[in-house]
Amino acid sequence: MRRFIRSAFVIARRDFSATVLSKTFIFFLLGPLFPLLFGGVFAGIGTNVASQAKRPVVAVVAPKAEFARLSAARDRLADAVGEDPLIELVGFTPERDLAAQQKRLLATRQPPVRAVLSGGLDHPQLVGALASDPGTEGQLRLLIAEARAPQGEDSPELNVTNIAASSGTVARDRALTAQLAQVALFLLTLMLSTMVLSQLIEEKSNKVIEVIAAAIPIDAMFVGKLFAMLAASVLGLVVWISAGALLIQLIKHGGVATLPLPAVGWPAFLALGIIYFGMNYLLFGAAFLMIGAQASTAREVQTMSMPVTFGQVLIFGFASTAVGAPGSVKAIAASVFPLSSPMAMLARGAQDAAIWPHVVAIVWQGLWVALILRFGAQLFRRTVLKSGPRLPWWRFGRA
Amino acid sequence: MLAVEAIDLVKDFNETRAVDGVSLAVPAGAIFGLLGPNGAGKTTILRMLIGIIDPSSGTRRVLGHDRPLEAAPEIGYLPEERGLYPAMHARDAIAFMGALRGLPIAEGRRRADALLAEHNLGDWARKSIRTLSKGMAQTVQLLGTIIHKPRLIVLDEPFSGLDAINQARLEEMIRREARAGATIIFSTHVIAHAERLCERIAIIAKGKVAFDGLVDEARSRLRPIVRLRTRASDGPWRSAIPANARREGDEYVFELPEGGPEPLLKALIDGGAGIETLAIERPGLHDAFVSIAGAGAAEAMGKEQPQ
Repeated sequence: MRRFIRSAFVIARRDFSATVLSKTFIFFLLGPLFPLLFGGVFAGIGTNVASQAKRPVVAVVAPKAEFARLSAARDRLADAVGEDPLIELVGFTPERDLAAQQKRLLATRQPPVRAVLSGGLDHPQLVGALASDPGTEGQLRLLIAEARAPQGEDSPELNVTNIAASSGTVARDRALTAQLAQVALFLLTLMLSTMVLSQLIEEKSNKVIEVIAAAIPIDAMFVGKLFAMLAASVLGLVVWISAGALLIQLIKHGGVATLPLPAVGWPAFLALGIIYFGMNYLLFGAAFLMIGAQASTAREVQTMSMPVTFGQVLIFGFASTAVGAPGSVKAIAASVFPLSSPMAMLARGAQDAAIWPHVVAIVWQGLWVALILRFGAQLFRRTVLKSGPRLPWWRFGRA
Repeated sequence: MLAVEAIDLVKDFNETRAVDGVSLAVPAGAIFGLLGPNGAGKTTILRMLIGIIDPSSGTRRVLGHDRPLEAAPEIGYLPEERGLYPAMHARDAIAFMGALRGLPIAEGRRRADALLAEHNLGDWARKSIRTLSKGMAQTVQLLGTIIHKPRLIVLDEPFSGLDAINQARLEEMIRREARAGATIIFSTHVIAHAERLCERIAIIAKGKVAFDGLVDEARSRLRPIVRLRTRASDGPWRSAIPANARREGDEYVFELPEGGPEPLLKALIDGGAGIETLAIERPGLHDAFVSIAGAGAAEAMGKEQPQ
């Protein structure tokens, strides 16, 4: 056993220094930061553009007083549901030739008018391209009714007492934390999967594999390679998390402290996050290493990476059913199935305070890492090195 | 004491049988040559012996271990297809190979520097393998093979790709390691190397051991060869020459008859052959190989011989 670990360490040390000391590792570190950075910038621009571009504009041809009432009604509605879903109203004083004014308004581009409302509040008439947009019509109906309703009578004042959080918001926010954590975990393993798939290409193409296979067990090589990648990606993770926290601190008012508190608490949740990241990586990594070891060229790895990515998406989808209902059958199934277990359990950590299920899950996942590695090494010896006696397929992997 | 023992090794690759019941016994401290044409199964035998692959059936015992990988720290192996990480420095590559065999990396680097300097490659110790010439890279790999002072050194076609000077150096290194007590097994398709280096050889043909024993034994399987040139072209002396004698130019070439040289000489002189030249030669390993492995295998080897 000591020799096994030492052999694995020799491989891991070589791989780790070959990865981390190469110039390309800088790009590996910077890579995920670009989308974060640009995401922040473009999200800001994007929402502005969207709010201006999407809201339909309705030209209201009415006397000033009536337009004011309609506009006030719109403001009250905006208080209730927010600006975004509402139509935009622009007032115009009526001209003598109403038909001509209508025609001119519908043709104008500044602002681009969706429809023209005329006839005042008593005989409202709407003309416009509304076939694909029933909402505008409905909103106007509501606005007109609101504008016509007498104000300030018979509506008792709503008494509001504000508390910090209710079970409704906590559950929602925790589900959000769970989901975000899962997505982060998923994206990380997705990015690393191609790297793991091609881990053995170098050895196979420059024939070092023969030197290694003669000296140490293939299992030890697999373990070494896997942990070298894990170490390199944990290094990356530390950089990325710090950068992410910094970004949140800069962008979000109140900083990191405003993030919804996970059920197990922040320190435990972060610890779980790191452990489950490791487990998730080891599980997928072992599987990918096994698959990738079969490929002999970079081209084959590229071809393989597509179905592998889809497999990951599928498992991510499975794990995401656990969010929102930690105790449900689906959630438990996702926690038991080894490949989705880390993602599902991390979501559980955000939503459920019990610690013992995590201990069980981590042991369970570790068992599967070992199993997959063992099987992968056997498969490699059989199919790539063409070793051992020929066995019927049902005894495969046992020798 | 045996360093390596193989009993009835069989290896099937899908439908083809690459190695068909090979048994070998290599005494400790010997220089042992596996001789045979390409495709005879030499590499597969070596890979089975050191445990890269397991045989389909049969057993092997290496330095007292039934699982050869357990003996890995005491084995050095140079594969036929040389392979190093191109980005590694020469000294790191050597130390890495040592580390794989259990040598601490710092000690490996120290020894690597010393060995590289000894082989006039000191200036290249901190250059990456990529920048080395093919010959230098081979030397680096060879040094990595012996860095951990193995008791058993397995070299697969070590001479191929080396120039004459480096071949001589390698022969010297093999002899030196053997003197120091290591057992050396190497494969080759060049008979001359086996003849110069080995006490014992195994001739492999079509996945089987055609001969296993001392080089002298292989030779003594053949009778000495007689080369004779006479002045007379015909006469009663002709009956003393075996019927299967070949004519090479104006020479007769034939195996020395059972009776030895004396009756032959007497018959030639009495018959008035007029002996111009007569040579009785000890057969070379090449002749032995032809007689053991067959003319076809010998011809195949001759074609592959780059020299």
